[in-house]
Amino acid sequence: MSLYKDLTLPNGVRYSQPIGLFIDNQWVASSSGKTFETVNPSTEEPIVSVYEADEHDVDKAVSAAKEAMKTWRDVPGEEKAQKMIKLSFLVRENLKLLASVEAADSGKPYETNSKGDIESVANYLVYCAGFADKLHGKMIPIAKDRYAITKRYPLVVGQIIPWNYPLSMASWKFCPALACGCTIVIKSSELTPLSLLVFADLVKKAGFPSGVFNVVSGFGASAGNRIAEHPDLDKVAFTGSTATGQKVMKSATSNLKHVSLECGGKSPLLVFDDADLEQAAKWASFGMMYNSGQNCTANSRILVQDTVYDKFIDLFKVEITKSWIVGNVFDEKATLGPVISKGQYDKIKRYITKGKEEGAKMILGEEREQLNSLPDKGYFIPPTVFIDCKQDMTIVQEEIFGPVVAISKFSTDHEAVEKANDSIYGLAAMVFSQNFQRVQTIADQLEAGSIYLNSSNDEDIRVPFGGFKMSGIGKELGEDAIDLYTETKSFYMNVGHRI
Amino acid sequence: MTTFSKTIKFPIINEAYEQPTGLFINNEYVAAKSGKTFKVTTPINEELLCELQEAGSEDVDYAVECASKAFKKWKFTKPEVRARLLYKVADLMDEKRDLLAKIESLDNGKSLVCAKFDVNLVVEYLRSCAGYCDKIDGRTINTGPEYLTYTKREPLGVCGAITPWNFPLLMFAWKIGPCLATGNTIVLKPASATPLSNLYAASLFKEAGFPDGVVNIIPGSGRACGSAILHHPKVKKVAFTGSTSVGKGVMKDAADSIKKVTLELGGKSPNIVFQDCDIEKTVQNLITGIFFNGGEVCCAGSRIYIQASDEEWYNEFLAKFKKAVEKIKVGNPFEEGVFQGAQTTPDQFQTVLDYVKIGKESHLKVLTGGNRIGKRGYFVEPTVFYDVPQSSRLTKEEIFGPVAVVLPFKSIEELIEKANDSEYGLASGIHTEDINKALYVADRLEAGSVWINTYNDLQQNSPFGGFKESGIGREMGAEALDNYTQIKLVRAKISTPTL
Repeated sequence: MSLYKDLTLPNGVRYSQPIGLFIDNQWVASSSGKTFETVNPSTEEPIVSVYEADEHDVDKAVSAAKEAMKTWRDVPGEEKAQKMIKLSFLVRENLKLLASVEAADSGKPYETNSKGDIESVANYLVYCAGFADKLHGKMIPIAKDRYAITKRYPLVVGQIIPWNYPLSMASWKFCPALACGCTIVIKSSELTPLSLLVFADLVKKAGFPSGVFNVVSGFGASAGNRIAEHPDLDKVAFTGSTATGQKVMKSATSNLKHVSLECGGKSPLLVFDDADLEQAAKWASFGMMYNSGQNCTANSRILVQDTVYDKFIDLFKVEITKSWIVGNVFDEKATLGPVISKGQYDKIKRYITKGKEEGAKMILGEEREQLNSLPDKGYFIPPTVFIDCKQDMTIVQEEIFGPVVAISKFSTDHEAVEKANDSIYGLAAMVFSQNFQRVQTIADQLEAGSIYLNSSNDEDIRVPFGGFKMSGIGKELGEDAIDLYTETKSFYMNVGHRI
Repeated sequence: MTTFSKTIKFPIINEAYEQPTGLFINNEYVAAKSGKTFKVTTPINEELLCELQEAGSEDVDYAVECASKAFKKWKFTKPEVRARLLYKVADLMDEKRDLLAKIESLDNGKSLVCAKFDVNLVVEYLRSCAGYCDKIDGRTINTGPEYLTYTKREPLGVCGAITPWNFPLLMFAWKIGPCLATGNTIVLKPASATPLSNLYAASLFKEAGFPDGVVNIIPGSGRACGSAILHHPKVKKVAFTGSTSVGKGVMKDAADSIKKVTLELGGKSPNIVFQDCDIEKTVQNLITGIFFNGGEVCCAGSRIYIQASDEEWYNEFLAKFKKAVEKIKVGNPFEEGVFQGAQTTPDQFQTVLDYVKIGKESHLKVLTGGNRIGKRGYFVEPTVFYDVPQSSRLTKEEIFGPVAVVLPFKSIEELIEKANDSEYGLASGIHTEDINKALYVADRLEAGSVWINTYNDLQQNSPFGGFKESGIGREMGAEALDNYTQIKLVRAKISTPTL
């Protein structure tokens, strides 16, 4: 069976989709011969079958990565940087293709979502390339005849990627890893394997030697778990649900490999009485419904001060209705695509039912216009808004990961902070108030890794990102990512200290 | 409109190129306001290459106005855009690397080996600078919950640069790279003796897409043009590379308006040979140290200290050194196999011959060399005096040519004292296989760079600069960015409202 399949995407783009595993710069079938299908969530139809990696395939990939490290680690940083820059050009040249594949495989609207993702991959490659010759250590004076130096060393890493921003989330992992000189075994989600496979061909074209970048498509229980526990990997980086993150962390204890996790969130967006309510409504709408709410930092809990509660809800309802147009992902006007799968669809629907059962009031989600706008096929869920929520409701505590938001009320600042922090998660938080003092003080108290002051979900690749509490371990993006992908060695220089 | 251009032919090889001859201001090649021109000759055969427009104070005024206007926008240009432009111009220079090297050799007289080394480092360094653009971070300083305190690194504005004739293009890159990366604009005066590569490279900055006025290259005299740059109130900073005596004048002039000044000045760097060195490698490193670039190198290892505790070993070493030096091919850089080209200016050429004469007249022992080569072109034999006393003028004064003095030493303490006995402190070399000795001596040398078992070994991400009268500030590496930014501290009081 060929390792490429000719496909035509719904927008007419024709291309050869790699379907194999990418190991040692070669396309290979899975050792078991097994394949799995990936489904277009907009049509519910399968797109293509790709080879499924099992533990043996992961072993081969790790072996290739380990071997490649022997020579790759001595290649100067500036040479690695140049290859990354070249790769960024290739991504831009193939923007339409990658964005189309992404839109078809993951249900992200092409014009307003997946194109931006692919651009961000190119941008992040360039940003990280800049670090490649700047992986500095320290010189630490100790005494007259002694000093120490530290040097950073790259790691052989395993990376496990989610399905909500397939190539973009992959880039958050492989860009800093490549800049730090790591060799990589990366596993896409079984729900969205296609874009990373297309990308792998570009990595080879950019001139990265065999074994530096290896791609395995497959499932968490088999391939993912093997990566997490593999004795020859120095590190595993994971983005996904908290529950799976816990499994990864446990498996990683096999050889005490480094672990970084970017997990779930139930990020609270706080609207205070002196907020610019219009702006708060706009940002809250964006921060919640973008990517159909399938976003770890979605502001899926909104807490509004009682005196502005009604006004905010009115504005918010208008914004949601105005901005989120459900439709075919290749339709320019569509801003809200389907959710990723039947499994997620059912799960989100169950949460919606629970919300109603527990007494939350639904003001959007089942309006006639909304239901009429849904395409016949596809896992489309319209923007759903619950108000008058209570802290102990399931839809307030648990991550839904869909276009469903739970709005509650508070009266004092103290109560706002308490409620905001009442979560096992701590990924992000948003604070809307025009008062500088208030915003600083409250932000200081919030248990979250990223606080957005008067905005939501507008992160920048230069700023460290990572959650408190059960939202994760470690910081990605910014200069902090270097710490994730290097290991420091200390050298004691004895310049004549004799005993 | 006149196009300022002249076709210039390279000797021996059958090639020619178009040399821009105007002043490069605001992305255009223009006439000098005074209409004055000056001649550029090649030191290879003293022939006239072309006439260039000569910048005077009115041209400086115009260039600074353009740079100042450009700064208003450039300061706010997104860092990733600045990075893209720097990567682009580096790529353009990479594509033209052969031509740039040839122009440099023709104008400066250095061998193509040396010119190619320069151009390579130029490209690497501009790329490294590109990688810094979006990483100019400040820091937050935790002084408790009542304050938000952070530092911002801001550009200075219009920066002036005055560069020397020994590494025309490399010194251009060392100034422009960090200057532009940090959001400043530049008015650069290359040395009148060697303006060609700079003026040519300017066109590549335009081609890359740098906005009008960001880069301005205006050759002119030190007295008129250089002085005007130093006194212009809108020039916020001056970077100067040249002799210590002129550097002192620059610093004094800059004091009038407290311009920030960085200086990269002269040197008389000690290159130290211990008996337990690898002889063959050391001999090559000594040659690199003083004959690379015809000895016209600020950090040239021009004082060679050789361990003479064992006289027989010392004499054997000298014999090997002499043999290797006499193998050096000196001649027209466009001839095959030439390592050492012509000295760059007639004045400096004469200075070198004068020093050789002083050496001979003070009865210094000549190991090899000591004569001019040929009658046309500024060629000197690689020259070594040995058993030279510490007090000799040739030991104390910077010769800036292919002339080395060898001084024997017996003890480490004697060596360290003598090596540091200089008002200069730019670089140094230590050749030994004993790590303890190397680090011990390195610790005690008063020099900005210590090279161990190598020499003139520059790297784009490593800082370079002098102790003592060899200069102020560091170039290349992360440290270079400090020269082109100023720190603003923002301290915001937050009176804590009770939550």
